[in-house]
Amino acid sequence: MGMFVNLKVNERLCEARETGCQKCIDMCPVDAFRLESGKIVTIFDNEDECTFCNMCVQECPKAAVKVVKLY
Amino acid sequence: MRLYEFESKKILSSYSIPVPKGRVVTSSQEARIFAQEIGGPIALKAQVLATGRGKMGGVRFAESPQEAEQVAQEMLKAEIQGYAVKSLLVEERLDIERELYVGCTYDDVKKTPLIICSSLGGVDINEVSRKHPEKIHKSSISSFMGLQPYKAWELVQNLDLPAKLPWAAQAILLKLWGFFSQFDAILAEINPLVLTSRGELAALDAHIEIEDDALFRQKERLGRFQIEEREDKARPPTPFEIEAAQIDKADYRGVAGRVIQFDGNLGLLIGAGGGSLTTFDAILRYGGKPANYCEVGGNAPVSKICKLAKLVLSKPGVEGIAVITNVYSNSRVDFVARGLIKAMVELGMDLKSYPVLFRSAGAFEEEGYAILRKYGIRYYDRSVSMDEAAGLAVEMIKKGS
Repeated sequence: MGMFVNLKVNERLCEARETGCQKCIDMCPVDAFRLESGKIVTIFDNEDECTFCNMCVQECPKAAVKVVKLY
Repeated sequence: MRLYEFESKKILSSYSIPVPKGRVVTSSQEARIFAQEIGGPIALKAQVLATGRGKMGGVRFAESPQEAEQVAQEMLKAEIQGYAVKSLLVEERLDIERELYVGCTYDDVKKTPLIICSSLGGVDINEVSRKHPEKIHKSSISSFMGLQPYKAWELVQNLDLPAKLPWAAQAILLKLWGFFSQFDAILAEINPLVLTSRGELAALDAHIEIEDDALFRQKERLGRFQIEEREDKARPPTPFEIEAAQIDKADYRGVAGRVIQFDGNLGLLIGAGGGSLTTFDAILRYGGKPANYCEVGGNAPVSKICKLAKLVLSKPGVEGIAVITNVYSNSRVDFVARGLIKAMVELGMDLKSYPVLFRSAGAFEEEGYAILRKYGIRYYDRSVSMDEAAGLAVEMIKKGS
């Protein structure tokens, strides 16, 4: 979890394993997501770079991504 | 890139602008040999990129070759404004009757080249411009048309020269303009242009600066005069500056660098360009002692600001940090705030008691202030000017909180 922003990927909803969807990885301008053994995980350091563009939220077909401000 | 006096004179003399006979020497023996060749009184001038060196012992005179050797020996050991004197220009000493000033530069307001002439030249030209503004004559020049002979003629009338010499002065001015436009110079001044007792004009000293961004296309021209591209720095970069440059280089996004180290106790994250210079000046005026100069802008990422802040905060002697920026349009205030706080947290600092001042405004300022509020950091918005913020930062350091 970053200091200022927490990006949450709901594993139950995320379909990366099934369909290989990587839309959040492709869209994120600050590379806050990455693929780890078929799962989407966040990179803590880059979470703090989040610009709140909300592209990950908008692009996710299953609404699995959440952006939480920690301040 | 500023040219040394001997380089400037080499170029000017190639444009047939009269300069005193001289040679660059690096040892006192060479100075003696050349003084013997000249066979008269000579002037020894330290080749450093400092302004006003004459007042700091950078220009000395000698009557005989032996004296020249002795003076050269002393001068080559000296340091002027932090620049070590590595070479001297040994010149014949002219019998000066009057000192004049001619120069070409750019007018920042009109965005045109500008020719400046004055019948009062010499080391106190800045004072002349303050006390006798009527003695300084300026004329904007069209970049397309260049300096026309009639214009040059008009300008040299202001130099109050005796008969026939205005023709010589006009020629000098036109040649200076020729050089200025061909070499992409941003400043070419002959100060002083002297009128000798023999009734001749000569360029006694010249200050030339070439635009850094044009150096790539001036390489060949400068190469003809054995002038190579260089960085004008009085001293080699310190490890602190090198580390900062690496931080800036490591990420292409934004600027969080251009750091210059100072010995003070107030760490600075200031931005950018003119704004940071203004802030720096204001801090000095309020009696503050900055630990560094830097520039933060162009939407640098949090990681870059964090690394720079960490570097500044961990510099020995730093007792507080001030983040003072203008109204940001190209950067986000919240990113700067995040970077600063992250650095402090990672360094294990007490955010509530450590002296920090944050004055920034512009894009995403509300987000930035929300972060600062959460971590209990004192901040100021655009209602406090940068100048006032500089004063508050100095006060904060004095109080220690």
